[in-house]
Amino acid sequence: MTRHLISSADLSRVEVEDILETAASMHDLQRREVKKVPTLRGRTIINFFFEDSTRTRSSFEIAGKWMSADTINLSAKGSSTSKGESLRDTAMTVDAMAVDALVIRHNASGACHQVAQWVRCSVINAGDGTHEHPTQALLDAYTLRTRLGDLDGKHVVIVGDLTHSRVFRSNVITLKTLGARVTVVAPPTLMPSGIAAWSAADGFATSWHLDPVLDGDGEHGPVDAVMMLRVQRERMSGGYFPTAREYTVGYGLTRDRLDRLVARNDDVLVLHPGPMNRGLEIAPEAADAPQSVVLDQVSAGVAVRMAVLYHLLAGDDTPAPPLAAATTDGAAR
Amino acid sequence: MSRLLIRGARLFGAQAADLLVEDGIIREVGSVRATGDVEVLDADGLVALPGLVDLHVHLREPGREDAETIATGSAAAAAGGYTAVFAMANTSPVTDTAEAAERVLDLGRACGLTQVVPVGAVTKGLAGAELAELGLMARSRAAVRVFSDDGHCVHDARVMRRALEYVKPFGGVISQHAQDPRLAGPDACCHEGEVSGRLGLPGWPGIAEESIVARDVMLARHTGSRVHVAHVSTAGTVEVIRWAKAQGIDVTAEVTPHHLALTTDLLVGYDPVYKVNPPLRPTEDVEALRAALVDGTIDAVATDHAPHARHDKEHAFADAAFGMLGLETALSVVSEVLVRPGLLDWAGVARVMSTSPARIGGLAAQGRSLSEGEPAHITLVDPDREVTVDATTSRSRSRNNPWHGRTFRGAVEATVYAGRITHERWTTSRTHRPLTTATPGADL
Repeated sequence: MTRHLISSADLSRVEVEDILETAASMHDLQRREVKKVPTLRGRTIINFFFEDSTRTRSSFEIAGKWMSADTINLSAKGSSTSKGESLRDTAMTVDAMAVDALVIRHNASGACHQVAQWVRCSVINAGDGTHEHPTQALLDAYTLRTRLGDLDGKHVVIVGDLTHSRVFRSNVITLKTLGARVTVVAPPTLMPSGIAAWSAADGFATSWHLDPVLDGDGEHGPVDAVMMLRVQRERMSGGYFPTAREYTVGYGLTRDRLDRLVARNDDVLVLHPGPMNRGLEIAPEAADAPQSVVLDQVSAGVAVRMAVLYHLLAGDDTPAPPLAAATTDGAAR
Repeated sequence: MSRLLIRGARLFGAQAADLLVEDGIIREVGSVRATGDVEVLDADGLVALPGLVDLHVHLREPGREDAETIATGSAAAAAGGYTAVFAMANTSPVTDTAEAAERVLDLGRACGLTQVVPVGAVTKGLAGAELAELGLMARSRAAVRVFSDDGHCVHDARVMRRALEYVKPFGGVISQHAQDPRLAGPDACCHEGEVSGRLGLPGWPGIAEESIVARDVMLARHTGSRVHVAHVSTAGTVEVIRWAKAQGIDVTAEVTPHHLALTTDLLVGYDPVYKVNPPLRPTEDVEALRAALVDGTIDAVATDHAPHARHDKEHAFADAAFGMLGLETALSVVSEVLVRPGLLDWAGVARVMSTSPARIGGLAAQGRSLSEGEPAHITLVDPDREVTVDATTSRSRSRNNPWHGRTFRGAVEATVYAGRITHERWTTSRTHRPLTTATPGADL
């Protein structure tokens, strides 16, 4: 594994599986009364969030703290103009404090990629603009594997605002890495430009119509999991779709659609990276259904981020991760 | 009396001849026996072209002298073989008055390395609403003939129509930055296509340019005026211009070296040095642009030289400034991508980099033939010399050079502006020998 985690494409199948196995042992740790382990004692991690975030930031912070790293949260808003300090200066300033890792959330696509070229510390992408969110894809894969086992040949459907979704961009890579089959569904206005060539090259399917995909019509085949993406209401003013009502009718996981899905496959999984717009892209009945693993995703978030920090930051002097002897080779990376 | 003898250059890449220059005028062409006090430039093996003319540069003065000045930009122009550059109006303050235009003219003259021709804004403050004082700029000492809101599109059809009509009496031309601001949203920062989709960068589609060009050629037909399309970047725009020219519409167009050579794939590393407006496009567009320049659909190469201070480029890609350097490398890029593959000969280079841009910009004394009595604006090119671009040695004050580290064959060796050498590259094999052959009494 490289020094950084910028894109889901940085990880090979073996590396993804390594991380997910480590995450499983970390997940066990979460169920203990005393959760803290000394694994990253003496390491310093800065969570640098240029954009608001609740779950991602808190889960990185918890992950660092449970592993005894010193974690510091920084936020810098208003970085979207070229006025003020340059991104390079900001990155160099933090790097000069000799931190070990920089976890970055930025509103601009590619920001983490750029920062990684300027700093000595490890850079972890916690979401860059509408580009990628690799730890989200890892925790989604973790959640899916926990329920479905090996993902080879499993069919995952991703529905929603693909254009503006970093969750989609990372998931389509990681799911493919793990051998899953992916179909993405959105109205044409929310499909990223050039997706025809892109999907052909990367081997995933696209559709403007949700129902035939969920019903497994023709080549689509049976569905193992549905991942609903958040649709931001301001997209309506951008003319991407006319009204919330129309969006829900076309692309929402409604109660009726859930019933049909479950009728075909009782073990189907419903995922959502959150925060959910209940009633827009996902009906409350779907969000709270037994098939929903939304809270499992959140819970996995901490374990997966612990695993990522371990794999990037652990050195020769680092003890093996807790309970990891059985699931990883314990070698420092 | 200043005298310069250029020995043995191949004029327009054809017959070798000597050029004797006196007081800024070409006095003799052929086999020249110069006597007396004369500076000799041994141009054996070099190609002599009329001095290059760039319809589109940003010199940043006044306002951003930390990025470029008229002096540093002029030096870069001379090094790139340019004897005239059109300085865009998007300075601070904007060149939207006669006084502002005259100041640019005077600063250029004081520098004396190239002819600095101010471009006037079409609208006050480049705001796109009210016409700037086009007539006063035209009547000023700067005699402005090219007007552009470059950096912004004159997107209001009514404003564009009035501007086209208004400049007719004084032979003006509107150089349009064709980009529909509604189709290219405020966040757009690259070509809309597969690469932008993958990178999650908001893009603008080719149609944002093409739809404005289509409208503007129809406006030019309606008004009987002349329109110039700045930095054409798509195959679709080429089609529209080709059609318009076939209809007899008075439209001209330019293309930048970077749009002739660089593609949108370069954005995968999110390096803002490749962030430019209009954006780098896919290979199909690049090929169409090359073909259009060769067949005359596109008239001219213009650099859109756009220096930026480092701190304006070292931001996240979406936040970084648009633009790249171009003056010093343009001839080498054209040599590499058009001359070496046999698409264009040196006479063709003279057409697209000197004659046509001079005509479009209304510069009577530039882009002339290399014959007796003509003004001595001459660019000497070594068609075979390999150059590897080093951004750190640029005459420009900025370093946003997308060509850094690339190697081209074909380079500017010397530039003569108004009879004076404004740039020369000294080599051991082709030493410039001031006065050595001009000792009094010696008859060579």
